[in-house]
Amino acid sequence: MSATRARTRSGLLTLPALAMFVVFAVVPLGGAVILSLTRWDGLGEISWEGFGNWTEVLGDPVTGNALVLTVKIMVFSWVVQTPISLLLGVFTAGTQRYRAVLAVLYFLPLLLSSAAVAIAFKAVLDPNFGLGGVPGLGFLSLDWLGDPDLVLYVVIFVIAWQFVPFHTLLYQAAVRQIPASLYEAADIDGAGRVKQFRYITLPQLRNTIITSSTLMVTGSLTYFDVVFVLTGGGPGNATRLLPLDMYLTGFSANDMGKASVLAVILVVTGLALAFSLTKYTGFVRMRSQQEGL
Amino acid sequence: MKTAVGSPRPLLAMALAVLMTGVAACGTSGPRQAGTASAAGGDAGGPSAWIISGVTAKAFQNSFGSWNAAHPGQKFAIQEFANDPYKQKIRTAVGAKQAPTLIYGWGGGVLTSYVAAGAVEDISDLAEDPAVKKRFLPSIAAVGKVDGKTYALPNNGVKPVVIYYNKDLFAKIGAQPPKTWNELMALVPKFNAAGIAPFTVSGQAKWPLLPWLAYLIDRIGGPRVMNDITAGKPNAWSDPAVTEATTKIQELVKAGGFVKGFSSISTDSGADVALLYTGKAAMTLGLPATYQTIKTANPKFISDGKLGYVPFPAVEGGKGDPANVVGNPSNFWSISSAATPEQKQAAREYIKNDLLNDKYAADLLAVGNVPPVEGAEDAIAKSDDPAYYSMIYEVAKKAPNFQLSLDQALAPEAGDKLLTTLQQVFLEEITPEQFATTMNATISG
Repeated sequence: MSATRARTRSGLLTLPALAMFVVFAVVPLGGAVILSLTRWDGLGEISWEGFGNWTEVLGDPVTGNALVLTVKIMVFSWVVQTPISLLLGVFTAGTQRYRAVLAVLYFLPLLLSSAAVAIAFKAVLDPNFGLGGVPGLGFLSLDWLGDPDLVLYVVIFVIAWQFVPFHTLLYQAAVRQIPASLYEAADIDGAGRVKQFRYITLPQLRNTIITSSTLMVTGSLTYFDVVFVLTGGGPGNATRLLPLDMYLTGFSANDMGKASVLAVILVVTGLALAFSLTKYTGFVRMRSQQEGL
Repeated sequence: MKTAVGSPRPLLAMALAVLMTGVAACGTSGPRQAGTASAAGGDAGGPSAWIISGVTAKAFQNSFGSWNAAHPGQKFAIQEFANDPYKQKIRTAVGAKQAPTLIYGWGGGVLTSYVAAGAVEDISDLAEDPAVKKRFLPSIAAVGKVDGKTYALPNNGVKPVVIYYNKDLFAKIGAQPPKTWNELMALVPKFNAAGIAPFTVSGQAKWPLLPWLAYLIDRIGGPRVMNDITAGKPNAWSDPAVTEATTKIQELVKAGGFVKGFSSISTDSGADVALLYTGKAAMTLGLPATYQTIKTANPKFISDGKLGYVPFPAVEGGKGDPANVVGNPSNFWSISSAATPEQKQAAREYIKNDLLNDKYAADLLAVGNVPPVEGAEDAIAKSDDPAYYSMIYEVAKKAPNFQLSLDQALAPEAGDKLLTTLQQVFLEEITPEQFATTMNATISG
């Protein structure tokens, strides 16, 4: 009896959050779905278009290209960022000399806004007046942002530079939660550093790795500001990621209908990814890694 | 808006923004009488105007300042915006019927879309007023017309695109600036042999590439080709003049006509123009902003007479008049249809009496913008660089055809496509034929 009442009451407590979610997430989402079936240039009348936008967008090679680029960015970002932030996190969680000073340096990019990061890198990568222009560093004078084959990796690097500190912070906090007794026991058993990392640190970080990966993977669907300022989607369509494609279609080409189609595709992909990640990694069960301690 | 999109949930933010403008567009223009009319920039229902920040903002501020002092009952509320945010904000505002009384614009496809949406007033009667009509250069004022009616009048300097060159570098290899396309192509190997890049261009920003296409199309095929395209004739991009123009662009790229890595060069802090005055590149094709950038960054380069300027060369056998120019004829004021009758009246009187009057024109010239007014010769003769300003003035005044920048002349969707597709031409990623096919797809009536 009292259990039922408690459940009802706790259900009521979710109402404010639910209301916010409906007003700021579900309703606009519905708006985007409806807009995706219309033709609107942002100025005149909105006219019904049916599924014309959908067939056009799905048949457009630029959309396919944007999807491939987004997947590439997602995979490469994960592959690059995870090991770096894991190792940095473990390092900064320790008690070595100068650790605090180094940690501050590592976390510095976290304090900078994305636009500032992008503008700074744009200046640094300028072939004539950037790093390549410094005497002795001429070999760095590459066509970083202008070579369609190279620019994607430059973007991945800049994104990693910006986001590694955040994930490092996650790992640092998680490593500090690992009971010291585990390492003490391992020491007695004669396990070296590498083995301790492999058999204690990594398993203990399981949930953090999943959290960090989910953030990275779903986050890579929304990389916008850095890429927008750094390359504007260029050269050609070489960095026209899905979110960028959506923005440019909506606010540069003023085609709200097609932009909404892209927005819906983004939402569906993002939700599918987040669901499958949490489902198949066993994250939903929230199993403790410290059972039996 | 930009920052909202940059946050981790751009789609929600965007959907919300779209939804909100939709809701606002459906509502009445109720909140405009009270102090809440801040969205429209006006206070107490007075007229308003949004202007673009930068060196020219002062001329605008002065003009509205003196108007406001003389007309306390019709004071304009002024808000300043940076260029790119303005372009996005004004579209949302116009769509939501929350635009300022005076709408700042570029003419072309955007103006046409305003007219189609009934967002701007027909001011043909005002333009025909003798006092107004004789003030503006006809070639510039014509850009404010849609289907023979005037919807916009010039408010800023003329901005023709010409070739700027470094005289020292030409002297070094003993050459003259090119008068024809073949001369230009002949200069390329000479400069490259001397270790100098023939042209600098910001390929990263995309739009600096547009004048190359626009000029070549005009020189080869005449204004008809571009007119067909803007009129939306089927397959207009397949015109032989367009194919020849894109072919010539790729020949120039292949010959090493542009500085190495030009597609990485941005316009930020004038990195493209810096190559010209630091002696690394001989020429650049640019708007008068090129001159202003050099004047700010390295005034000695100009005062020592090292900066040269010539019109875009003729193309051998081309149909276009070599006196035709490409660029931004000017900027323009339109009157918002959503404004109250009192606001519209104030805007009309301002345009009639104060827009580009002598003081305004002098202010523009003082910051390096040549005003699009008749009889500016005397003022130019007294300016700090008469030779340059009169060249710009004459080029604009005598041009049989002044082609508006293509991204502005076309409808927004086609303009956006053109920027990307033309960049791919410069990168040699696509052939001239593929360019024509891709662009033809934007013409669908």
